[in-house]
Amino acid sequence: MAADPLTIAGREFSSRLFLGTGKFPSVQAMQAAVQASGTEVVTVALRRVDLDAPEEPLLKALDGTKLLILPNTSGARDAEEAVRLAKLARAAGLPSWVKLEVTPDPRTLLPDPVETLKAAEILVKLGFTVLPYINADPILAKRLQDAGTATVMPLAAPIGTAKGLRTRDALQIIIEQATVPVVVDAGLGAPSHAAEAMEMGADAVLVNTAIAVARDPAAMAAAFRKGTEAGREAYRSGLAPERDQAEASSPLKNVLGRRA
Amino acid sequence: MSLERFRTHLDPSTPLGPLVAEARSLTVRRFGLTMQLFAPLYLSNACVNTCTYCGFSRPNAIARRTLNEAELAREMDHVAAEGFRHILLVSGEDPRETSLAYLESAVRLAHGRFASVSIEVAPLDETGYRRMLKAGAEGVVVYQEAYDRRAYAAVHTSGPKKDYDARLKAPEIAARAGMRRLGIGALLGLAPWREEAMALATHALRLQKTAWQSTLTLSLPRLRPAAGGYVPEHPVSDEDLVRLVAALRLLLPDAGIVLSTREAAPLRDRLALAGVTMMSAGSRTEPGGYEEPQKAEGQFEISDDRSPAEVAARLRTLGLDPVWKDWDAALV
Repeated sequence: MAADPLTIAGREFSSRLFLGTGKFPSVQAMQAAVQASGTEVVTVALRRVDLDAPEEPLLKALDGTKLLILPNTSGARDAEEAVRLAKLARAAGLPSWVKLEVTPDPRTLLPDPVETLKAAEILVKLGFTVLPYINADPILAKRLQDAGTATVMPLAAPIGTAKGLRTRDALQIIIEQATVPVVVDAGLGAPSHAAEAMEMGADAVLVNTAIAVARDPAAMAAAFRKGTEAGREAYRSGLAPERDQAEASSPLKNVLGRRA
Repeated sequence: MSLERFRTHLDPSTPLGPLVAEARSLTVRRFGLTMQLFAPLYLSNACVNTCTYCGFSRPNAIARRTLNEAELAREMDHVAAEGFRHILLVSGEDPRETSLAYLESAVRLAHGRFASVSIEVAPLDETGYRRMLKAGAEGVVVYQEAYDRRAYAAVHTSGPKKDYDARLKAPEIAARAGMRRLGIGALLGLAPWREEAMALATHALRLQKTAWQSTLTLSLPRLRPAAGGYVPEHPVSDEDLVRLVAALRLLLPDAGIVLSTREAAPLRDRLALAGVTMMSAGSRTEPGGYEEPQKAEGQFEISDDRSPAEVAARLRTLGLDPVWKDWDAALV
């Protein structure tokens, strides 16, 4: 099959699996998973890194020449805080790409649509490449893409739940109507969930918990890589439509025809 | 999960092994294979309250000390040099020694040096909490000590801390002022622990609804020997403590559970794998104790005297990543 790069804001990526870097048992386990996943985009929570430290262990462990290090604003509960964090990251020399997360409820970590849109508008004007984390809300997705975000990142299920595509119908609408890449984020607990999202036509998926807390994170990362690739190839090859009634894979007519 | 189910988990007829295993798996899913580290820093042991179990209790003839700005800065630099990025400022209650303005300046000093600053001081009003927030604090810790009103009255015999209700309301007021982290807890040993646990759980569930923008942490300090010679009336065994931590995790999957150096190292290891998500390490409980140990009386005896680096190394052996920074001062 021909090359199939993912393009976000003019930058090409050959992998369609993004990785989160939280929750791993060690920096080494995280590095091994990044390697095995083949990912080219990793998100890093700004609240976890020490931007003043010259040898920040998490940032040092990631090769910024091969990977896009995508800072995220997790912990921000309104637009103002998210914008402040993004500016700090840029001032500290991180790329001006930002995964926008505004999650006022620390229990569910569900995104605030109002503050996310407000922050996205500000950050786009400030020249950031904005990838917003949102609930699977098709209208919000349109509003954000109108505001100039580089992607939309709707959730499959609440963060860390591993429940898979619980928002499937809304995701389908977002994917059909989006003019920017759709990255399905949060709630993907198994490689089959990643495959399912890609088969539906998602442009990429983001996975963290399912890989970080696996018994063997690197092996799980490799499994998600295969799931993501399989789903994408199936989508590009044209999936057979679902039917309500059985249809023989060797139609009877032809069989009879040969006998006649 | 319901409070009734929680109650059955506290009962010894529920086998402990499977309970801990389930709590462990839930903790890993929600918090990852990590352990957040923080250090307490005592500002002052001056106190106008009589609390029969506490080393700082007013009648105790102990060496009292309130750190001045230079001493505070030295203590903070010491703790920061050990790697800590999260700090908890602790103080006795004495309006003349540790006024609002004093606390405010201590918070400001810490805000310049740490990613996260919390305070464990007497309850403040909303204006007071707002001032602390503005100075750079993002968390407030107020333990109810005893939820049982009779037990509370029996040990808090004089001073403003006698006011049970003012203390109970403090976390909600702090949240209204904009505080991001709320720490509540019961001092185990003052009253029958299962009833205390039920009350703590009820308090936590209510706070999660009313203070929905704040992260909740729970602490379960067990009474330790202290000046004044208090002996706990309702002792809690190691097994009871493990059970309580696991049961709280199952009831409140998203709440942080905090463990201090009151507990000995082997039990801390067990609890780290049963639901605890935050630990102090290398703590001193006397004001000035990091730079000048034992110049003033401590609040309680430390059981885990390992250095922060030793605790971090042990956590790695247990398969947990020690996390020094999980917040940013820019968020305050």
